[in-house]
Amino acid sequence: MADPIRDAVSRRTVLKGMAGAAGLMSIPAIMAACSTPAASGGATAPPAATSGASAPAATAGASLGGSLSIGSYNSDPGPKKGMEDIGAAFTSETGVTTALNTVDHNTFQDQITNYLGATPDTVYTWFSGFRMKFFADQGFNTAIDDVWETVKGNYTAGFANSVVGNDGKVYGIPVDYYPWAVFYRKSVFTEKGYTVPTTWDELIALCKKMETDGLTPIAFGDKDGWPAQGTFDILNLRLNGYDFHVGLMAGEQKWTDPKVTAVFQKWAEFTQYHAKDYAGLTWQNAADTLVQKKSGMYLLGLFVSAQFDATGDPADLADLDFFPFPNLGTEFDAEKALDAPIDTIQITAKSPKLAEELDAAKAYLEYWSKGTTQLIMFKNQPGLIPTASDADTSTYSDLQKKAVAIVSEAQKITQYFDRDTRSDFAGANGAQSLLQKFLADPNQDLVAYQKSIQDFWDQLPPLV
Amino acid sequence: MTTGSSALPGPQPGGADASVPRRKSRYSLLTRRDKLTLALMVGIPTILCLSFIWLPTLASILLSFTNWRGIAPITANNIVGFKNYEVLFTQYTLFWPAVFHNVIWLIFLVFIATPIGIFFAVLLDREMRGTRIYQSAFYIPVVLSLAIVGFIWEQMYTSQGFINSVLGHTSSDTAIDFLGNPSLNLWAVLIAASWRHVGYVMVLYLAGLKSVDPTLREAAAIDGANARQTFIRVVFPVMKPINVVVIVVTVIESLRAFDIVYIINKGKNGLELLSTLITNNTLTEASLVGFGSAIAVILLLLSLVPIVFFLTRTMRSDTR
Repeated sequence: MADPIRDAVSRRTVLKGMAGAAGLMSIPAIMAACSTPAASGGATAPPAATSGASAPAATAGASLGGSLSIGSYNSDPGPKKGMEDIGAAFTSETGVTTALNTVDHNTFQDQITNYLGATPDTVYTWFSGFRMKFFADQGFNTAIDDVWETVKGNYTAGFANSVVGNDGKVYGIPVDYYPWAVFYRKSVFTEKGYTVPTTWDELIALCKKMETDGLTPIAFGDKDGWPAQGTFDILNLRLNGYDFHVGLMAGEQKWTDPKVTAVFQKWAEFTQYHAKDYAGLTWQNAADTLVQKKSGMYLLGLFVSAQFDATGDPADLADLDFFPFPNLGTEFDAEKALDAPIDTIQITAKSPKLAEELDAAKAYLEYWSKGTTQLIMFKNQPGLIPTASDADTSTYSDLQKKAVAIVSEAQKITQYFDRDTRSDFAGANGAQSLLQKFLADPNQDLVAYQKSIQDFWDQLPPLV
Repeated sequence: MTTGSSALPGPQPGGADASVPRRKSRYSLLTRRDKLTLALMVGIPTILCLSFIWLPTLASILLSFTNWRGIAPITANNIVGFKNYEVLFTQYTLFWPAVFHNVIWLIFLVFIATPIGIFFAVLLDREMRGTRIYQSAFYIPVVLSLAIVGFIWEQMYTSQGFINSVLGHTSSDTAIDFLGNPSLNLWAVLIAASWRHVGYVMVLYLAGLKSVDPTLREAAAIDGANARQTFIRVVFPVMKPINVVVIVVTVIESLRAFDIVYIINKGKNGLELLSTLITNNTLTEASLVGFGSAIAVILLLLSLVPIVFFLTRTMRSDTR
């Protein structure tokens, strides 16, 4: 008696279930399928790293005409407008029509391998350091030594080094940078009578004082995983020096080294002064606690100023100040090393329009090397300092002048954890997750913990 | 066939009563056009199935034995045998937590969220006043995209969010860090996922309950069964096909759990799932295609268990 019902029901629901089952089956399938076309493209195309080196550099000012496609990860409103304004200014000067292709910043990074290996725009925004060298080694970039010859006079040695690939060729034009330091509100320090700490003991003493005053001593937001890497960088630089840090990032030093143990032990001494809810906060959330005077200090990049800018009250931005991370009493204090990531503009190698747009692309890069161009971006995103030596610094605020000074005083400059090491190590379920495992329990067995990091590094495939 | 026809005494052309020519004519009922249609109807789905499901699956399995990074062509040097699996099982500290989280997810949905959904369905089946309003209310989360579900619950859970405000935890030191605390956030996310799952199960089950023959309940009532006995002894067994579907849907939902976790923190810090490990290792700048494929193969094997169970059941009921 129940059979007709049963059949009616099951036929319908079986179809549903089948659809679900098919969907599930195809999850790993899609994963693999997504990356295959790009890879086969990379496999068949000849290496093109040197294809652009023979073309003569375009002379700026001459009317070029034609078009230029630009891939940009500058997706936040300020920098996006900066890109648009610079594109327009470039068009009016050279007659080249620009097509700006803006992609969400994180999405752009996640898809970079497929992007560069398939049909990228001719010019694109990217980082310097290891992340540039890696893709240049894969033949995804066009060398621009000829452009560099004409513009190098406008750059200091630090910037020049940051755009040289493993093969000695130049692959990018540095366009901006920002230092990492400890940010605070001047008014809070004056009001409570705090002084800027210059040693570790002073820093800890200040943290304790802030705690009794009802402030969260150190603002911190690590939901996105990468901000904790900045703390690791500065502790490792101060305790073990630039050479060890760079060696560790490059895999020449081991994560099981007792020197790394010292870094985690030092870190464990002040994790208790972090915001307790750090793991659920983005850097913007954490910066807001500094804006709202709920927390006292924040180790972050100069881009933190965006949150002070966003309040709409110029007094907030004027109240923002920073100091370099305190000395830890080692021989490496004198290096005054810090993270100051440099952003660049580069030329791809596999753009379908590369041949026809190469001259325009080189002119565009040359245009970006001028202080006047970089100031257009700077006006829209005051957290990114121009790299060109001829940039007019008269419009800089005190904060920006100080940012320039702290970088020029540094003996050694690093890019940032995830720009100095391989991306498969630094990623979300790599170093980001592993550092969060430390933060969740700073007093854990460090030997076993450091071994788990080194194990992860050791199983990564060879780079080339 | 051919031997059979040659053994016959003699062909009788046009004879309608002869068995052999009739069989022949039945075969010729399929015209050339019919055959073409059949070939297309069978061939196109087969090609689609092969190229979009089986080939990529096979490719994933093969890639899991390499250390390919998705850039240069695969060479013999890329073949690493079972190394990826060895690393997963012995060294990669995020793998077992991810498996464990998937299992917790499964247990939570099967033993808590699904029974709640069934319970709601039974309640709403009783034709109480405002049934349709309740139905819509419970079903709305299913219609919402998971991006929105993730966003809604983020606003509920953050240290400055709704729940902490209601509890009076306004400072960041006393606030309960639902999404940041690695021993708490999985449960917080499970509540968000259940919020959606309950509505889904409810609708599936309600549709089944509506189609139960009312005379069964009448007969049970006449025999003196109360509501609980009627459900457990009569309705629930009759609903067996639906029960199987609900279980399979639940298992599939928990194995492919991804969206909410990825929206919240990309599957880090206590929210690792197999699906996010695959994505983060394969589809990002990391581009560890070989390593990610190995995780994908393990997820595939886990998924095969309920699928095989489900298919064998439906095949069996079809043959009966």
